Amino acid sequence: MSAVLDTHGHAAHDEHHGHHGPYGGIMRWITTTNHKDIGTMYLVFAGFMFFVGGVMAVLIRAELFEPGLQIIVPEFYNQLVTMHGLIMIFGAIMPAFVGFANWLIPMQIGAPDMAFARLNNFSFWLLPFAASLLIISFFVPGGAPGVGWTMYAPLTMQMGVGMDFMIFAIHLMGMSSIMGSINIITTILNMRAPGMTLMRMPMFCWTWLITAYLLVAVMPVLAGAVTMTLTDRHFGTSFFNAAGGGDPVLYQHIFWFFGHPEVYVIALPAFGVISQVIPAFSRKPLFGYASMVYATSAIAILSFMVWAHHMYTVGMPVAAQLFFMYSTTLIAIPTGVKVFNWVATMWRGSLSFETPMLFAIGFLLLFTLGGFSGLVLALAPIDIQLQDTYYVVAHFHYVMVAGAMFSAFAGIYFWLPKWTGRMYNETLGKWHFWLTMIFFNMIFFVQHFLGLAGMPRRIADYNPEFTTWNQISSIGAFGFALAQLVFLYNLISTIRSGAKAPDKPWEGADSLEWTHLPTPAPYHSFETPPVLK
Amino acid sequence: MASKWARTGAWWIAGVIGMVLSGRAMALEWNLQPPVTPIAAEILTLHNYVMLLVIVIFVGVFGVMFYSVFAHRKSKGHKAAQFHENTTAEILWTVIPAIILVVIALPATKTVIWQKDTSNPDLTIKATGYQWKWGYEYVQGEGKGIHFLSTLSTPQDEIVGNATKDAHYLLEVDHPLVVPVNKKVRMLTTAGDVIHSWWVPAFGVKQDAFPGIIRDTWFRATKTGTYRGQCAELCGKNHAFMPIVVKVVAQDQYDAWVKQHQEQVASAAEDVNRKWSLDELKAQGEKVYAANCVACHQATGMGIPGTFPPISAGNPFQASPQMLKELEDRGFYKDGKIVMGPVEHHVDIVLHGIPGTAMAAFGKQLSDTEIASVITYERNSWGNSGGAVQPAEVKALRK
Repeated sequence: MSAVLDTHGHAAHDEHHGHHGPYGGIMRWITTTNHKDIGTMYLVFAGFMFFVGGVMAVLIRAELFEPGLQIIVPEFYNQLVTMHGLIMIFGAIMPAFVGFANWLIPMQIGAPDMAFARLNNFSFWLLPFAASLLIISFFVPGGAPGVGWTMYAPLTMQMGVGMDFMIFAIHLMGMSSIMGSINIITTILNMRAPGMTLMRMPMFCWTWLITAYLLVAVMPVLAGAVTMTLTDRHFGTSFFNAAGGGDPVLYQHIFWFFGHPEVYVIALPAFGVISQVIPAFSRKPLFGYASMVYATSAIAILSFMVWAHHMYTVGMPVAAQLFFMYSTTLIAIPTGVKVFNWVATMWRGSLSFETPMLFAIGFLLLFTLGGFSGLVLALAPIDIQLQDTYYVVAHFHYVMVAGAMFSAFAGIYFWLPKWTGRMYNETLGKWHFWLTMIFFNMIFFVQHFLGLAGMPRRIADYNPEFTTWNQISSIGAFGFALAQLVFLYNLISTIRSGAKAPDKPWEGADSLEWTHLPTPAPYHSFETPPVLK
Repeated sequence: MASKWARTGAWWIAGVIGMVLSGRAMALEWNLQPPVTPIAAEILTLHNYVMLLVIVIFVGVFGVMFYSVFAHRKSKGHKAAQFHENTTAEILWTVIPAIILVVIALPATKTVIWQKDTSNPDLTIKATGYQWKWGYEYVQGEGKGIHFLSTLSTPQDEIVGNATKDAHYLLEVDHPLVVPVNKKVRMLTTAGDVIHSWWVPAFGVKQDAFPGIIRDTWFRATKTGTYRGQCAELCGKNHAFMPIVVKVVAQDQYDAWVKQHQEQVASAAEDVNRKWSLDELKAQGEKVYAANCVACHQATGMGIPGTFPPISAGNPFQASPQMLKELEDRGFYKDGKIVMGPVEHHVDIVLHGIPGTAMAAFGKQLSDTEIASVITYERNSWGNSGGAVQPAEVKALRK
């Protein structure tokens, strides 16, 4: 589909390894250890899961169009809400950025591939199995668990076997992330081309290096939380059961100790993409590279110290409420530093506004807006009113959709020529951007008001006073979903028959994949490391 | 390009003006609910203050960015400068936000400490979250001993669209909480099954309710009136259907309510030895069933296959083999019929629930008379024929 096979290089390999040329068809994809192929598979998988999760979101918003229960029963509604969250987080946005990592890290550091090529293949192929378990859970007796993506105990104890499917899927996805992260850390630390010091490598590689450490640290914690849920359900333990000497709040502490760094796992690679795109379209170097590295590291370290801001209403002592309030507001500082640095990169540059740059600017605006609603939520007294309401839903969709997903779109439009050798249609790209921008805000801006007005989250039905905002939000959702079809059309027609891309379609792009490799990038690149001046 | 921006902006402005002018805008809510406690008022003030700050920063930063978008574009011939770092700028835009955050954190700190101080209440009430209703018990202060369940009273017809929804749709209950105005009320929260959360936006109070743990919070309502909130922690299928309604009344009205309630409790104090007729039990049992059992077992008694068992006669039960075996072992499932097993087992399941499932232990929530009547109703409906169960039998089976 994407990269051109370098048959010349392969002929030399054949004599050494004795296989009979590259596999074709499905076997190529099952057995590939090539970082470009694996990157492609992650992105295609993520795209597919994005549509699956999106259909669930459309169903949710359709039910919420009016008060009353019209098309879905409440127990199924809870299942949809749960699976929408899990699929979007673990099936769409995380694999998408792993796809970027696979494609770009070796090329950006001048390495021929990832450090552990076969491990890379295994890390990917765990995911379709995990996703199948999640989807199959809808069809087992009792259906998918209706517990929210946060899976609080003891509600999880009441669920049928779908809950166990979910736990197993999470184990598989966690294994995939951990192995992928080990791969990324080893690759970045050991395989940079001579002259590519850590402080010379692209910001995208830095953000993934830091993200990989976060993943290695916290995925095992999630595994612990869901395993304890599994043993409480089936093996007579009482970790989260007060009657047996345990504590339901323990689950929340363990889950959120994972859960908070998890959101930075999603955000940091997104920041990395933006740090590549904005300088390219400003024709100016990234402002404050060293500060950006320190700010990203500060965010990562602080992210371990804020988890209980998700728990302001559980009844922690005053000292704990205050500690988590202070640490959470503190994270605003390095995040703000990054936003200022991106704006300073644009300042007095020579700006052009092709689709990647539009999405990057959209990211800047809307991620920051999401950050501000996060600041409001960080303040414990205000959070007492807003916890578990639509204000929280608005906040995290701003940072994860208008933040991470916009960044992913920026990256896809930016690197598509490098990956496929073809230029996407710029007019369709702009249409995709503007429709997405308008409909996204229609869905989620009004949800801030819903939360303030008192509408809880995870409810299938609501009082008529909330109707108008819900209707606007639902119409926005339908429009947003249709807008993604523009993207899909553009993507597919580009890959099949797009105009040939020049070697350097973006004059301001200056990382190794743009300066030292042809477009499209060859199947094997940097088999000898580049010489860096 | 500029005219395109202007056109987009004009449409947005037109849209907002249109919405504001339209009548529906009057119904739209833009901010937190009007506060009726000093804490809620403080939260509103803090929120407005932070909003102002955040808007100023947003407009400032993105004003600069949009200026750049217009003035520094390649299509206008602007050439790129090549500067890429400035330590002074980095220090300034680290330290200044830090100072702003400290300034915000100070009033917030005061409020956290204030919110947590539940000492010296005038009245203490325990709220217990159940799937899916609240139970209230006045445990200290005037009204001590009063206890009742507070269940959603919106009719099913309104939910499924067979009747028009009124203004308090999903925010109305059969027995609201009643508290006196201007008194410090300490709310204890706990739960009978899963995590719930007791929230009244007008009070600025939200406290999670955990099974097996007691938490507390407090409020002092300064205005009489009826205030409505909802459960704020996902607790299963009817999470949206267990609201909280609090009536804040003048002290003399509260005194009268307490007196009336205590009299009612006294007169209804059951004569557990009274023998009821089959018809009396069935009639009362139907009401108890409608308030407590219908959500899962359905009005037809058919349950939901695979999830909630049927209690009507002759219905094969599609449950996991494990659940079937457990029910068989307890003598509750016999000849393809759920409720035709021994009465003791039927009573046992209603009293103590089935741990690890959604079947709650109703022994804590319902009186002997209520349990006797609902079991009689079940054993005599939907094709079942099982005779009467008297309250004394239920009492004997409680352990």
